[in-house]
Amino acid sequence: MKARHKRFVFLLAGMVGLGLASWLVFRALDSNLSYFFSPTDIAQHKAPKDHVFRLGGLVEEGTLQRGQELTVRFVVTDGPHKVNVAYTGILPDLFQEGQGVIAQGRLGADNVFVADEVLAKHDENYMPPEVADALSEAHVEGVTEMATKGADK
Amino acid sequence: MSAAEFFAMGGYGFYVWGSFGVTLLLMVVEPMLLKGRRRAIQKRIARMARAKVGER
Amino acid sequence: MSSRIVNWFKFSSPATFYPLAGRMIPWFTAAAVILLGVGLYMSFFVAPTDYKQGEGYRIIFVHVGTAWMSMFIYVVMAAWAGLGLVFNTRVSAMMATALAPTGAMFTFVALWTGALWGKPMWGTWWVWDARLTSELILLFLYLGFIALQSAIDEPRRADRAGAILALVGVVNIPIIYYSVQWWNTLHQGATVSVSQGSSMGTVMLWTMLIMTLGFWAYAIAVVLARVRCIILERERDTTWVNELEGGVR
Repeated sequence: MKARHKRFVFLLAGMVGLGLASWLVFRALDSNLSYFFSPTDIAQHKAPKDHVFRLGGLVEEGTLQRGQELTVRFVVTDGPHKVNVAYTGILPDLFQEGQGVIAQGRLGADNVFVADEVLAKHDENYMPPEVADALSEAHVEGVTEMATKGADK
Repeated sequence: MSAAEFFAMGGYGFYVWGSFGVTLLLMVVEPMLLKGRRRAIQKRIARMARAKVGER
Repeated sequence: MSSRIVNWFKFSSPATFYPLAGRMIPWFTAAAVILLGVGLYMSFFVAPTDYKQGEGYRIIFVHVGTAWMSMFIYVVMAAWAGLGLVFNTRVSAMMATALAPTGAMFTFVALWTGALWGKPMWGTWWVWDARLTSELILLFLYLGFIALQSAIDEPRRADRAGAILALVGVVNIPIIYYSVQWWNTLHQGATVSVSQGSSMGTVMLWTMLIMTLGFWAYAIAVVLARVRCIILERERDTTWVNELEGGVR
């Protein structure tokens, strides 16, 4: 075997070994590397009870209430589960009903999540407003169409 | 759209211009640094060549 | 077949590679200027306003391209470093050395523009989520590579030590890329992906792609210019360098 081939084999073996090692490390760390817990995680008691953690999900439509001063209350949902959130402070520009959100705080005894920081999580879609309008109209039409079709049967 | 409106970027002016500005600045500075580096090594080589000629 | 192999090795000699690189630089410089000029014009005057983020989303046109470059340059750097390690070719190692500062520059720009984008949209300059943290690690890998190489005086040993660091760091690249899928992150998922296409308006997408091509051309031009400097610095005692740049015949 030439020296060059030997070096290549060593290199390949090293890379495979390294890849395997890091794969194992990341498998072991898996949940610890996640930035937030979902409402489902909380329902399954995966979230820490006694210290600060982050909660992520969508702000449910129609649940945003603005109280006195800067206090707001809203519900964070991921579909199957919901969590009530209370927050006092300034909200980011993208904060809206139906929009993704990550709140940092503690879960109180009354199961209300008291946040001391709220970040907006946006999605990967970018489009001009006209397209967004057209899309949401198409969506509404599609839904009504489906509903009427269902009624016909 | 007026010039003032354009520079305001709908209230995001600081963030948008801060991003594009720094990017462009670095992309101008990097080639300039390289030009300096090239000139330095060329000078050095010419000096060495002259020294060699002098030895002869 | 064998003649082709000989040809490839011919280009791995600094004396052949140096003039070849010199001939390529003006073309890539011109391409970079044109593409970035068109890209910038499209970024501000052609691309429409976003339905959610208004004008603020325009940061995407530098952010995404530079973030792609930061990862891509690292892979290319590691590949050259690996080639240098296996075949002991001088030009491959010099290419790896020449790529590192430009890669670090793009990584810094990706982080910088990300921070300036995160503040108004997410509400924070920085978070320690998997995507942002792994991109920061990438910057440290580049800086570590540069520092390690400049700490070792003997060039061949510096090449070898740097190559090993570069190759070990490659594991970070898939971590950056897939972090948004593997873990919950504040950073959103990929807008443009190989498997799912793009979730972006057509004009916006084109603007982003043209900017990215411009960054590509820029990176190639700058890296070739840098590798020419490195060749001169390392080969300054050879006859061909003296004949070419010595100015004394």
